Order: sequence, then C-alpha cells, then structure tokens
Amino acid sequence: MEHEHQQAIASSPEITFAHEPAPNTKRIWKTFWILLVLTIAELALGLSHYIFHMEGWLLLFVKGGMIILSLCKAVYIVSIFMHLGDEIRNMKLTILVPLLLFIWFVTAFLWDGVAWKNLRNKFDRPSTEQVAPAAHDAQKPGGLD
Amino acid sequence: MSTHVPAGYKWWTGGKSPYNVSYGKLMMWLFLLSDTFTFGALLISYGTIRVSQPYWPDPNHVYNAFPLMGHADLPLAFVSLMTFILIMSSVTMVLAVHEGHKRNRAGVEKWLLWTILGGFMFLGCQAWEWTHLITGSHPVLIDGVVKEIGTTISMNPFGPAVPGLMHDGHQVTVPGPIGFGSFFFGITGFHGFHVFSGVMLNILMYFWTRGGRFDRLGHYEMIEKVGLYWHFVDLVWVFVFLCFYLI
Repeated sequence: MEHEHQQAIASSPEITFAHEPAPNTKRIWKTFWILLVLTIAELALGLSHYIFHMEGWLLLFVKGGMIILSLCKAVYIVSIFMHLGDEIRNMKLTILVPLLLFIWFVTAFLWDGVAWKNLRNKFDRPSTEQVAPAAHDAQKPGGLD
Repeated sequence: MSTHVPAGYKWWTGGKSPYNVSYGKLMMWLFLLSDTFTFGALLISYGTIRVSQPYWPDPNHVYNAFPLMGHADLPLAFVSLMTFILIMSSVTMVLAVHEGHKRNRAGVEKWLLWTILGGFMFLGCQAWEWTHLITGSHPVLIDGVVKEIGTTISMNPFGPAVPGLMHDGHQVTVPGPIGFGSFFFGITGFHGFHVFSGVMLNILMYFWTRGGRFDRLGHYEMIEKVGLYWHFVDLVWVFVFLCFYLI
C-alpha cells in the first residue's frame, strides 16, 4: 500500500523519496492567520509613524520593525506555501545561499545613495531657492540660456 | 508532508536528482531565483534614488484614497485590501495544490477558480489605484505658476509645501522627486504583469484540469509548478508593499 501510494505521487524517475500528501489543510490555515496577523502589525507600525510624526532613531526603529515583519512573512510563504521547508537540504541550500548576495547589494547601494545625498547637501543650493515664485520672463540665476 | 530519507544517503552518485525534485520543478525554482534578483535590482535602485534625495513624499499622504469614499483621508486602507486579496489568493492556490496531491479533480478546479478570481480582483484594484494617481491632480508651483498636475512617470505633485500659498482651498507644493512616479509605476507595473501572467497560467491550468489532462498523466505536478509562480508573485508583493507603502 505504501509503495503503491508513492508510485501515484512520484511524477518523475528523478525523485527518490516522494512526499506524502498532507493529511489535512490545518497547516495552510494556520499560516494564513500568521500572515494576516503579521500584516496587521505592519500596518499598525506604518500608521503609527504617520499619526505620531516620529523622527530620527525612533522612525528608523519602526521602519526596521516593518522590515523584520516582512522578512518573517517571506519565510512563511517560501517555507509553507512554496513547500521549500519540505525539500531536502541540497534543494534548500541551492535556493537560499545565492540570496546572501542581497546583503551586499542592499548595503552597497544604499551606502552609495547616502553618499549622493551628502554631496547634494554640501554642493547644491537649497531647493526652495530654485523654485521661488519669480516673474514669468525672468532668467534663472546661473542659467546658461 | 514529511520526507523520510535514511541518514547518510548518497545524493551525488548519479542516476537521480540530487535535489529530489523533478527537472521541471527545479527549473521553476531557478527561474524564480533569477526573477528574485530582477525584482531585487529594481527595488534596490529605487532605494538608492530615494535615500539620495533630500525630500521624499510620505506614502501615508499619497496613498490615502478608497473607491467611492470621495476625498476621505484613509491612509493605506486600499492597499491593505489589495494585500489581503493577494494573501487570500495564495491560500486558495495552496489549497488547489493540496487537492492535486490527493488527485481530487473537482477540488483543484474549485480552488483554481477562486485563485483566478483573486488575481482579477487584485488587477482591478491596481487599475483603480493607477487611474486615481494619474488623474487625481494637485496644485503645484512650477516656474512661478500654479498648475494642477497628477502623478506620472515624469511628474510628481507631492513635493514640500510652499508656506502660506493656497489654491482653491488646497495647499500648494513644489514638484516632488520625479523618481517617485517612475519607480512606483515601473515596479508595481512589472509586478502587475507577473500577476497577469499568473492569472493566464491559472486559467490554462483550469482548462487542462477540466480536460482530464492530469488524471491521464497520473499526477498534478503542473499545478505545483504554477503554484510556485503564484506564491512568488505574493512574495514580491510583500516587499513592494514594504518599500512603497509602509516605509
């Protein structure tokens, strides 16, 4: 019986150990509730920094919280809904190890963005000066035309 | 869903997949991995431009409209609905995959139809949101003249406020960073295109299931592969939601 069952599920001779079908949908619905609660927590954080006008370190802390909650949601979707958690170690590592490149990508590019911002703040004129109401035909100061 | 592998089993001796998955499923995973880097590159370039700007619009202020609610200020309400629709459609998709494991054709058909409905609802919401952003104009001071402009890939009315300048009872602003609209429409558009492709694939799966194709094959693995793609679309939305609406 066990053997017959596996024959029915194994779709390819490449598969050595077929998965047994889950007995019920309990795990799926549990994951749904977890995702819903995490999303509501994200929304609460997103609205809180709008309502309470947070700034500086507190704002960064709230944004960091939302990033961590999003990563948790990603883990649940990939592990349970995409069934990566049920695959063997070789498969998991093949998918997950290349994602480590993102640590470098995010760090390097955001660092570059901040460097640009610092250069702008140092050398650009304040933006309000450039767009202040002026006579229609007046030349912009420093314009080449 | 447990896999019983004896300890010390040799995976790399040839003649079988060392990943214990079929060729098609492995290729779907590798495609999704590459697509992760495409979306990653788009979102990281958005982040780079955003942090390089001295001013960036507050998403709570930009995305505050809801259909049929007029000018009521409802920050993030509509996008929460969109997120809920997409999570729900991910659940119905995984239920279709679950029925496929049990080779229950009627169950697969039912949950695929719900997933298709969820996909169309999400696309409809996105169409409404885009229309609202493009056509909803705000007074902006450009070259000394107040103009009414909407949000497009080349215009952004959500700049800093001009102190004391009002127009028809609305606060006048200066133009905001152009990158706001370009990245928003570019990335949500690319994600919407993925949702659209996913809906098309699901419709194809529905007809293949109805036609008895998977019963003849003896397994419903194709539903699993399309399911992987559909969950990936939901996964990308988690990060689009984070980067554009929450942060």
